[in-house]
Amino acid sequence: MSTLSLTVLHTKYNLIETARVPIAIISALAFPTLALLFFVVPQQVVAGNALYATQAVISLAVFAVMSNALFSFGLTISENREKPWDPYLRTLPAPGIARVLAQIFATGTLGLAAIIPVIVVGGLFTAAEASPPRVLAGFIALAVSSLPFMLIGICIGYSMPSKAAIAVVQIVMFGMAFAGGLFLPPMLFADWLNTLSKFMPSRQARELVIWAVQGGQLEWWVWVGILVWTVVGFAGALLLFRRDEGRRYH
Amino acid sequence: MSTLAQLHRVTRRFGDVVAVDDVTLTIEAGSMVGLLGPNGAGKTSLISLINGLRRPTTGTVTLLGRSPQDVRSRQSLGSTPQETALPPTLKVGEVIDFVGRHFEDRQPTEALAEEFGLTTLLGRQTGALSGGQKRRLSVALAFVGRPKLVLLDEPTTGLDIDGRHALWAAVRRQHEAGATVVVTSHYLEEIEALAERVVVMEGGRVIADDSLQAIVGQVGVRQIRLRTPEVAAVSALPGVARAETAGEGADAAGLVLYAADSDQLIRELVRSGLPFADLAVRGATLEEAFLTLTDSGRAHSSRAASVEADAASAPYATEVSR
Repeated sequence: MSTLSLTVLHTKYNLIETARVPIAIISALAFPTLALLFFVVPQQVVAGNALYATQAVISLAVFAVMSNALFSFGLTISENREKPWDPYLRTLPAPGIARVLAQIFATGTLGLAAIIPVIVVGGLFTAAEASPPRVLAGFIALAVSSLPFMLIGICIGYSMPSKAAIAVVQIVMFGMAFAGGLFLPPMLFADWLNTLSKFMPSRQARELVIWAVQGGQLEWWVWVGILVWTVVGFAGALLLFRRDEGRRYH
Repeated sequence: MSTLAQLHRVTRRFGDVVAVDDVTLTIEAGSMVGLLGPNGAGKTSLISLINGLRRPTTGTVTLLGRSPQDVRSRQSLGSTPQETALPPTLKVGEVIDFVGRHFEDRQPTEALAEEFGLTTLLGRQTGALSGGQKRRLSVALAFVGRPKLVLLDEPTTGLDIDGRHALWAAVRRQHEAGATVVVTSHYLEEIEALAERVVVMEGGRVIADDSLQAIVGQVGVRQIRLRTPEVAAVSALPGVARAETAGEGADAAGLVLYAADSDQLIRELVRSGLPFADLAVRGATLEEAFLTLTDSGRAHSSRAASVEADAASAPYATEVSR
């Protein structure tokens, strides 16, 4: 069986399993939208300004994609490694890369679906604006920039038990959200924090999507950073997957 | 006959525990091998080395001429998930399809369902199945890809007698259709029903590897319980393979004896005129039979001595699995 057809097969069943527990999908879809309604819409300074409102919507979209990727990869993988179904799947003739790719596609599909209500609410209740081709470009940029988060999630999932993964995912998620300027815009940052921020995949993701939607200059460190995080994350994920033998007891 | 799987001087450690200890084993095509041993003997660890889930600490494992980690070698391998493992939200038909689509030459879902009595359950979510139905599905999954080698780890644990016999019959039909089967169990009955060759493991080592008949002859031991004030004299009767005291009574100690021929031992006991009460005879469990096998050099020991001996000879204490 080809790696491609096995990837499609695993993606399909991954999504079927998730869809059979609808609450998982509903919460993933609702959370970013609620955050937008509570934290951005009531602030007229931001919500009334087209530039700021669009950037706020983009930051929350990046945050949604990031938390979705970190949680669903970090937690799902570490939980699955503790269940006996996962070791069974490893005895099937599917290469590691097919299962890693399937997890990326399945979570990516859900993550992008979670962004749609954010854009609808942002378009209806704030001054955020973008032409349809720009929105499409933004989606593509989101998909590209979410790769490092998924791969970091995979690395967390394969390197620790689920109880540790919950804590680590939360620290990584909030750390990256603050340092990446997703909660507070980087223009408010001190110089040293701004420099640190440029190394964060969250900041790079934010800048890439803003560039795709609003245009302007794309700094070199944005795409180089995303590329480096993706390559390092992919290598780490593949290494940890191959080395993994399920949970170890001593 | 060609070789399907080979282990050469394989040792697997988990921290301080040696789960598999210097095992060399060859599985030939067309055979039906029973892997027999008490809990914690290393059977599951051995299986996980053959199916590629774990790597040996030292030694080499080959599966169809390749490493078990090589995807191509697993194309001809069938194994079973634990019944608690089935994803509860997927339907029976979906699980069979999902697993089947990994294989180039798969059995059609309907035919497999028919063979394992799952036809009426295909539309049911696996979370709604009974324990026996889950077991049948788990075992069926091992055969969906028409594998050359099938590894069945405790296939009928938790099944009632009818379910067990139906599953054995299905496994035998698959074997006759060409599959080589390795089945682990700690039930002698299961091994007797399925295996032609029996490998006995204890403490991570292979302690016997022979035809079914030869092995059954060695482990067919019976247990005799009684109470007597003359512990030493009764324990010294001819035919006693092993003796343990079991608690002190007011006037007589409880005694547990193991013997290959319990009828002959009881005749000896009566003839000796030694006082006894509360006589009971039953078949020994496999664990008891193994202890007798490995203990035969230390026959007639008291319970304290045998506990000491166990501690010295048994670094295998914990079952190492997921």
